[in-house]
Amino acid sequence: MSADGKFGDYGGQYVPEALMPAIEELTDAYERYVLDNEDGFMDDFRARLRDFGGRPTPLQRADRLSERYDREVYLKREDLLHGGAHKLNNALGQVLLAKYMGKERIIAETGAGQHGTATAMACAHLDMPCEIYMGERDINRQRPNVFRMKLNGSEVNPVTVGRGTLKEAISETMRDWATNVEDTHYVIGSVVGPHPFPSMVRDFQSVISEEARTQATEKLGRLPDAVVACAGGGSNTMGAFAEFVDDEETALYAVEAGGSTLEVDEEAGVAPNSASLTTGTEGILHGARTRLLQDRDGQIMESHSVSSGLDYAGVGPELAYLVDTGRVTAVNVDDDEALTAFHRLSQMEGIIPALESAHAFGYLESVVGPDAPDSADADGLGEYVVVNVSGRGDKDLESAIEETYERDIDIAPNMDEFTGGL
Amino acid sequence: MSLEDAFADGPAFVPYLAAGDPDYESSLKYVEALERGGADVIELGLPFSEPIAEGPTIQNAVVRSLEGGMTPTRFFEFVEDLDVSVPLVCMTYYNLIYRYGDESEAQRASNTSGETASNGPRPFVEKAAEVGIEGLVVPDLPAEEADPLREACDEFGLDLVFIVAPTTRGDRLDRIMEQVSGYVYVQARLGTTGAQSSVSDQTGSSLERLADYDVPKAVGFGISSGDHAERIVASGADGIIVGSALVDIVAEGHENGDDAETVADRLETLARELKDGAVAGASQRPPHPERT
Repeated sequence: MSADGKFGDYGGQYVPEALMPAIEELTDAYERYVLDNEDGFMDDFRARLRDFGGRPTPLQRADRLSERYDREVYLKREDLLHGGAHKLNNALGQVLLAKYMGKERIIAETGAGQHGTATAMACAHLDMPCEIYMGERDINRQRPNVFRMKLNGSEVNPVTVGRGTLKEAISETMRDWATNVEDTHYVIGSVVGPHPFPSMVRDFQSVISEEARTQATEKLGRLPDAVVACAGGGSNTMGAFAEFVDDEETALYAVEAGGSTLEVDEEAGVAPNSASLTTGTEGILHGARTRLLQDRDGQIMESHSVSSGLDYAGVGPELAYLVDTGRVTAVNVDDDEALTAFHRLSQMEGIIPALESAHAFGYLESVVGPDAPDSADADGLGEYVVVNVSGRGDKDLESAIEETYERDIDIAPNMDEFTGGL
Repeated sequence: MSLEDAFADGPAFVPYLAAGDPDYESSLKYVEALERGGADVIELGLPFSEPIAEGPTIQNAVVRSLEGGMTPTRFFEFVEDLDVSVPLVCMTYYNLIYRYGDESEAQRASNTSGETASNGPRPFVEKAAEVGIEGLVVPDLPAEEADPLREACDEFGLDLVFIVAPTTRGDRLDRIMEQVSGYVYVQARLGTTGAQSSVSDQTGSSLERLADYDVPKAVGFGISSGDHAERIVASGADGIIVGSALVDIVAEGHENGDDAETVADRLETLARELKDGAVAGASQRPPHPERT
């Protein structure tokens, strides 16, 4: 990364002028507190991750998956972090940074609600007023998370424009920030947005790969052959990859949401997937140049995934850059494969994963499962694979069961007796 | 007429409408009504799907315009179909400029990988110049990222207008003022666009900070009446930019199903009030404001 926050041609600071002074102030704070540990900021952050968050999270051998895939499969258990997802790493870091900067109010956007709940928890923990913007459609899809945010004392502001999902919520939060920039910090939820957000969020999330790298080396005495993580905006992805990027022997797989199909309906402005690394083109969205799902004119398309946390038309600029340079391999898994993987992990390992995380397991099944065709991809995974379980699936139970019924997933349990004929 | 010339004879009235709001034909009439009402420059919005700098009023206009089928290609046809003589400025977001004309139709047909590179801002600026647009305003393009667009604008003779916020000071202000041409858009208050009932006192101090720069200063964000316009110009602005108050008239007409001529008349009436206010404000200023 260069000083101006560029990753190759990606990144930058494409924001309204009214936000620039705040972004410059944040860049300065990022450099002092995060990079230089001024006032012991990073020590404070790490201590809170431990005591409040429950870090380190385990790296666990998945015994039955290891047998199924005939290789060592280890799980980085971010689902065991407080709140049930990796999101707290970033939210706690940013809210604490805002506190060190003397800000008095926190705003954030949320898609699946995981970032919103993590931010609400961090704000309650650090005594900061908090308002969360959430698309109306997502509010309906993720009601338990709405309740959690309210229980932690945050306001939840429904966003009704557009399709009412993450990208509209981000735009709305940016508007709030432009209005209240002097006393407010915007806790962005992923490695997206203008510099310094992509770098800063990566640094807060990189505790995942820092731990995993040490733990993996302790387990088998060597680095893993591959790390696999799902990718929407890319915060768990960059967190799981960051400390491995220089380890050329470790392959890195970013698994995107293939949705229902990779085909795009230009006429309707809809991409029925969220695979911006796989199918996107270069453009500028929400403050950064990156790869996007856009039509030929440059209008942003509506994305889709069964997993609302992956449902975003853009992706972090650094991840886009690492894919372009060949360091990270972008692959994708469709809705059905993800749902099947959701059930498989639940049944075989006793872990109900977030639908986001299920995509990473769907990829394993597609290249090294019993029905997988012989392919070079299987060799890429190697003998020793770490999969990031970015979150637990409690938040997804209702939609996962509904979607399971609509799609007729083979391995799903029969729950007719209990679901009232969904 | 160049943008600077439009500011040469007294205070300039610069209205904004989103092109194609709520439909192509009505919108042509609305923009033409602004000129009859005394517009000196007209800012035409080319709608982008993620208008992060706009408040609800213009955001809704963008949605109406997009639903009415507005695209960059249609926008340029719209400009050619317009019967106005005052200079036109296109206000849009950088992605639409950046992506325009990125490859030929033939290349698209043979491209199945989705790997499309952009040629940068040049094709958009070339086309804008061809249809007679005099300048661009790009609210999500900071001066630091503007070199490619600045070069294209220089090549094709377009002005590049920048927005200066109440929070813009020091080095940032200098960097912007090195890049700006035509006029500088002085954002009257923090936040997004939208009509307000009072004029911010942030305006006066913004104008003071800009006094040394020799480029016309047009103040926008929140001006909704002739009285506002008068006070803004009296406090030293060379022009006023009005968007949301005019877009409100379009939105109301659309909701009530009023015919386009009626709505156009209302727009002309408010435009006239704003222009008269600006002229009245100018008469309250010393003839040669001292530049310190």
